[in-house]
Amino acid sequence: MSPRAVLAAAWQPALFLALAALPFVPDRQVGLYTQQLTPLFILALLALGLNVVVGYTGLLHLGIAAFFGIGAYAVGILTVQTFPFQLAFPLAILVGVLAAAGLGVATTAPTLRLRGDYLALVTMGFGLIIVFVIRNLGNITEGTRGLNPVTPKLLPWVADPDLRAVRPEGMGWGRYWHDYPYFYLLCLGLLGATTLLLRNLENSRLGRSWVALREDELAASCMGLNPAKLKLTAIAIGAGIAGLAGGLYAIAQQTTGGPEAYDFNRSMITLCCVILGGLGNRPGVLLGVFLLVGYDMVLTPVLDTAVQKPDFQNLFPEWMRGKQYLKVSGWRLIVFGMALILMMRFRPEGLLPAARLKHELHPGPAAAAKG
Amino acid sequence: MTPLLAADPAAAFGQFLLIGLVSGLLYALIALGYTMVYGIVELINFAHGDLFMLGCLLSLEVCLLVGARTQAEAGTAAGVAAVALMLVAAPVFCAALNIAVDRAVYRPLRTAPKLAPLVSAIGVSFVFMGVGLFWKGATDVTFPDLLGPPIPPDAVNAAPPVPANLLEGTGLRFTFKDLMVVLVTIPTMAALTVFVRYTTLGKAMRATAQNPTAAQLMGINVDRVIAATFAIGGALAGVGSVVYSLYFNTVNYQMGFQNGVYAFTAAVLGGIGNIPGAVLGGIVIGVVKTLGGAYIGSEWSEALIFAILVVILIFRPNGLLGARTREKV
Repeated sequence: MSPRAVLAAAWQPALFLALAALPFVPDRQVGLYTQQLTPLFILALLALGLNVVVGYTGLLHLGIAAFFGIGAYAVGILTVQTFPFQLAFPLAILVGVLAAAGLGVATTAPTLRLRGDYLALVTMGFGLIIVFVIRNLGNITEGTRGLNPVTPKLLPWVADPDLRAVRPEGMGWGRYWHDYPYFYLLCLGLLGATTLLLRNLENSRLGRSWVALREDELAASCMGLNPAKLKLTAIAIGAGIAGLAGGLYAIAQQTTGGPEAYDFNRSMITLCCVILGGLGNRPGVLLGVFLLVGYDMVLTPVLDTAVQKPDFQNLFPEWMRGKQYLKVSGWRLIVFGMALILMMRFRPEGLLPAARLKHELHPGPAAAAKG
Repeated sequence: MTPLLAADPAAAFGQFLLIGLVSGLLYALIALGYTMVYGIVELINFAHGDLFMLGCLLSLEVCLLVGARTQAEAGTAAGVAAVALMLVAAPVFCAALNIAVDRAVYRPLRTAPKLAPLVSAIGVSFVFMGVGLFWKGATDVTFPDLLGPPIPPDAVNAAPPVPANLLEGTGLRFTFKDLMVVLVTIPTMAALTVFVRYTTLGKAMRATAQNPTAAQLMGINVDRVIAATFAIGGALAGVGSVVYSLYFNTVNYQMGFQNGVYAFTAAVLGGIGNIPGAVLGGIVIGVVKTLGGAYIGSEWSEALIFAILVVILIFRPNGLLGARTREKV
């Protein structure tokens, strides 16, 4: 094998192992930084779910956050003290995944005959409705306060082990399984497993059928594929992964948070990640999440504290100080918007394009002449 | 239930209907911009609502420049000048901005896969929101009530005066502001209909909407026609923004998304690409929103509108008038 091929085959497992090793670095500061990666993994799962729908199958879905929210609230309802269920983690998350997948199928089935842009609007409307339902059904969802504490047991019938006895000193390790670094490793493991699953799915009969459907629905159905069934499978898998991400998100935060965490903005940011990285390409999607969510959740707070120091603000005239444009967080809408516009204009295949999509969007002269 | 509802159900219903009609005309004005652009380039212009928002912020800026800062200037020379100036400035600004965005963002994507311009439009919407955030900050800003009743100069701490009721004695309230909405929106829509139906450019628009290639073969400059459509849609959003700001008296950088979705729902409801349909859809949305807010609960009225959007798209994607009138612009 050439060195390039070795690199191409090995970089993903290597990155995975490096991330898994991070909590074992005997330094408290490293631990504090590593901790911030947990939400990044969860949102990467969400983006991978959206990628199944938008990237593989070509259905523009603008409401993926709804499934994220369903997963989070299903886990919340099944585990908080105020409800009689109090299921353990595996069971609750399974119900969350199935609920999200079921809802995905139920809401997509009536829309199958719609054209692409109308489908986008229906999914957007659905996403908006879910947010209002969560907000208004206050006696189930606690409205804008959110359900808490979401701290399920790891296994049914067994009390959570107190891990203080086995943890090393001075590395910031927590006490229960849902604390850092156990939950970090769990999320990383689930992300790795999902990536593997999707890789195999891409090369399977199902994955190839999705791509065929995306490229040309008419031709695909002439070849004997069933577009309705394929689309519903895609949405079930995509929504299920989003539901998994939602459940993990609720446990990571120990609360479902308010409905704002699952609104249109979340759907859009996730879509931005998928498009920036490369529609239909797993490593691309992960890169997109790393860049955009990393910018949004990790870099922005750090830079904002730096930028708000008087030393920096005094560089500007009096009337500009403290305004939104002198905060890094103020630029986030423009950054996301410009990312979408520029990607669509100059590199619609994404930063790390899938080979097939790249060919489709930058066809050779022969294909262009054909129209 | 509101006290009004309990006292006289029939009058209350009539009042809600009236409020719904007036706000519906506002949504219709924005919906026309969606419907015209969709009719001609089949693009759901996500940024249209945020264009409307920027129009509102510009109107506010005009007020501040002219010196009409509060309701006290209502009826004075400064107040009248501010209203007149913003009725010119906002449509021109929105039209110019819409043309610029079309030229820079959408035109290069004319031959791209159909979802590319849609995603770009979402991007433009974000950028507009960011600009609005920089312009007026993150909080609600009060817009001077320049059409409200003038405040007498000696009454500083008195209760604000009640606006005059133009339908006194009928049990309904219809203020000067409501009248203003009707007086601005209806002639605008009539002018638009006349323009599309009887002028050469209007004819060119209808031709381009029906078949761009054939229109081009007939010697129509399709790019110019599309630019004109964006200009008209933007100007309508500008007019809408002036009327909206004067009517509701508060603006912020997030108002565009919500009003945009309402207006878009109106356009889809009436049959997207269909001008009378957009007006009808706007009125229906306004009435449903007001009645839903009054009788079901205001926390559900937005969800109700989105549910209408979903149901209409699924069961009748051509809209209420879409099947009968195939003519689009």
